[in-house]
Amino acid sequence: MAKKILTVDDSKTMRDMVSFTLKGAGFEVVEAEDGVDALSVLDKTKVDLIITDINMPNMDGVTLVKRVRGGGAHRSVPILVLTTEGGEQKKADGRAAGATGWIVKPFTPDKLVQVVNKVCP
Amino acid sequence: MSGGKITGDEFAQFRKTFFDECDELLTNLDERLSCLQEETADSEALNSIFRAVHSIKAGAGAFNYARLVAFSHKYEALLDLLREGRIEQSERVITALVNAGDILAVLVEAAQMEQDLADDYGADVLDELEQIMEEDGGVEGASAGDQDQAEVEVSNGDDGPSRFRISFKPHAELFRHANEPLLLVRELKTLGDLTITCDLSGLPPLRSLEPEDAYLSWTFELATGKSRDDIAEVFEFVEDDCDLEITRLDTAPVSGDQEKGSPNEAEAPVEASDAAASSAQKTSAVAEQASPKPTAKVVPAPQNTKGPASGTTGVTSIRVDLDRVDRLVNVVGELVITQSMLAQEAAERNEAGGLQAAQGHEEMATLIRELQECVMAIRMQPVKSVFARMPRLVREVSAKVGKQVRLLTTGEQTEVDKTVIEELADPLTHMIRNAIDHGLEDGETRKERGKAPVGTIKLAAKHAGGNILIQVTDDGAGIDRRKLFDKAVEKGIVAADAKLGDDEIDDLIFAPGFSTAKAVTDVSGRGVGMDVVRRNINNLGGRISVQSVLGKGTRFTLTIPLTLAVLDGMMVAVGREKYILPLTSIVESFQPERGQVRALAGGGEVVSIRGEFIRLIYLHRLFNVPGAITEPWNGLVVLLETANGGKIGVVVDELIGQQQVVIKSLQENFDPVPGVSGATILGNGKVALILDIEQLRNMPGRSDGSRPNGKHHIPETSSHAPDAPPNDGQPAAMAQTG
Repeated sequence: MAKKILTVDDSKTMRDMVSFTLKGAGFEVVEAEDGVDALSVLDKTKVDLIITDINMPNMDGVTLVKRVRGGGAHRSVPILVLTTEGGEQKKADGRAAGATGWIVKPFTPDKLVQVVNKVCP
Repeated sequence: MSGGKITGDEFAQFRKTFFDECDELLTNLDERLSCLQEETADSEALNSIFRAVHSIKAGAGAFNYARLVAFSHKYEALLDLLREGRIEQSERVITALVNAGDILAVLVEAAQMEQDLADDYGADVLDELEQIMEEDGGVEGASAGDQDQAEVEVSNGDDGPSRFRISFKPHAELFRHANEPLLLVRELKTLGDLTITCDLSGLPPLRSLEPEDAYLSWTFELATGKSRDDIAEVFEFVEDDCDLEITRLDTAPVSGDQEKGSPNEAEAPVEASDAAASSAQKTSAVAEQASPKPTAKVVPAPQNTKGPASGTTGVTSIRVDLDRVDRLVNVVGELVITQSMLAQEAAERNEAGGLQAAQGHEEMATLIRELQECVMAIRMQPVKSVFARMPRLVREVSAKVGKQVRLLTTGEQTEVDKTVIEELADPLTHMIRNAIDHGLEDGETRKERGKAPVGTIKLAAKHAGGNILIQVTDDGAGIDRRKLFDKAVEKGIVAADAKLGDDEIDDLIFAPGFSTAKAVTDVSGRGVGMDVVRRNINNLGGRISVQSVLGKGTRFTLTIPLTLAVLDGMMVAVGREKYILPLTSIVESFQPERGQVRALAGGGEVVSIRGEFIRLIYLHRLFNVPGAITEPWNGLVVLLETANGGKIGVVVDELIGQQQVVIKSLQENFDPVPGVSGATILGNGKVALILDIEQLRNMPGRSDGSRPNGKHHIPETSSHAPDAPPNDGQPAAMAQTG
């Protein structure tokens, strides 16, 4: 069965591209616009991986990671955070919150698939 | 690993999504920047600006718009320093942010249009951003390039296979980040020949085993053609959660293997993460300036009930191509027409149809009307998006002319058709510029006149019937009618001996080629006058009028239909023709006594009603309609109010009834016709013309109304023999509607 991935980003452009790329690689993809939206998706759907942006309205990515790790069905699901900002600090924020790994934007479709395969083969 | 390839079509689609999104982001950016300027910004404003720039940058990166990426990167960097409180939010910074916002918009547009901008475009703003960062933030070289460089993949071109020993000792909490050693092992295996030794010595007795902790550690021996960095990359995500040592075993003939990175790589990242944690603390403290609780958590963005972001809270929305909506609007329009055709047919065979059919038709009509309203509502947007641009305009203009101005806006949530919104920006901009430049007095003068030194401009929107009313009110000097009149005479717009009422004098503001500014200023008076504003508004089917009290101020009122797709009309008959008059313009209709109608010496006729003389316009003359009632006292006069509050009387045979009509453009489907703003298809499938009151008013008849046969005919109509029977095969614009 295809693995299901949740992509969380307030930018539709990014969601579209992530989703398109991953679907092409044989994953099933569900989308959410921000952390709040993501949590409500996770309430209803079991996913195998979460890819989330950091900067989002309503609930940012770091908070989302914390909430997911805080308990519930997805507490041990791998989470990748998307980051552009010079990496280290945001990566570290994400890590501290419990993210599994990160992808640095901009990324090529191949890179995305590669990183996803790394944590969710 | 397929999925890497994106076809041209898909790419175009992504690209479109990106620019659509940019549009929204830039609008949001603009709104938030104005909030900053007005100091009405909440802590969320800066975050929101940051996110907008950030999203643009991320998307631009995906599409390889290098210039956009570079610029937004600097912009973002400054915003980040601001958010962290490392730079103070000074006037200078705000100005730089606003300017950068402008540049960003241009860069986005250039990227969209695939235009090349001058190499130094925006360089000054970029410099300013850097300077601020260096001077205020103490950031060397504005930290711009570092990130991009950080991403350059380092590959030292090892060729032959080398052997590495990798000692991997996970910390207990490895699993808490949902990392999985098994996956790492699998990935290592893809790099080359792998020998695995597992160390079980850390495993505690079962009863003290924490099921979620990591106890095992491994030693791998790997023969691979890859570099140390490639191996380290496998452990990229776990390096904080483990002790990792990668040692090269053989000293094989490899050039330049400079023992990169200390074997104990675990140390450094830990520090980094501490630093990050403390800086996260700082970030949230800044973001939460209002409420001084220094919490270490990054707090979710505070819910903002009045800010622009409120659109995204709790409201689910989808993005739909405008074309699709328009198609929907059109189809529903056709549906309305078809339904009324059916209803008419049914009514004609009333006896046979029976009560039930009639009821069915009525219900259907109601439902379709509702459907139409729903569809129209899709296109409706709050005027806020236009209003939000105004504070900035006021700031700029007032600074330029050296006047202090306060802008009050109300009714931003009033909704109106998207097309109308787009068309509103220019007229409003112009009116507000005018109000500041010409309307308001300077501070000194205001003091002398006993007014507050700060001038006030009110921008208000509200619904009134099927219209939106937008008022721009200033508390300035008001219109000096004598000056205005003299000026108009000087410009040859009116004769020196013309006798004009106050309203007519005020109306001169809208005359083409009129500008009261003594000098053409940089602010207003760029050759675009209020006549253009009026034309814009008229094009929207709206009206603009002005009221003014000398010394107290001036108010411009725009009355614009909520939608451009339907019109509440009154159908009138002239001979065998049917015309639609906009209901909003109709004041009353009456049958005058013969004595009320008088001929003017210079030609034309007026009707007197309640002591007012109102010019008569004979539709049958204008449009050369045969068989119409020619004497007003045998037919009806419909009294219409024009945009400036003036009145005209239109002579028709009879009123047929009120009707909502779907507007079809004549210009698109045929040719522009004087006096006609559009056409509609009636229930019986025939076409009726919708009359344009402003144009009617300006058509001959003022001075030679009695001989209207001339240049203003619809050409085709005039080629008919006067009593030719209506021919259904004629094109719509001939108005042969039977």
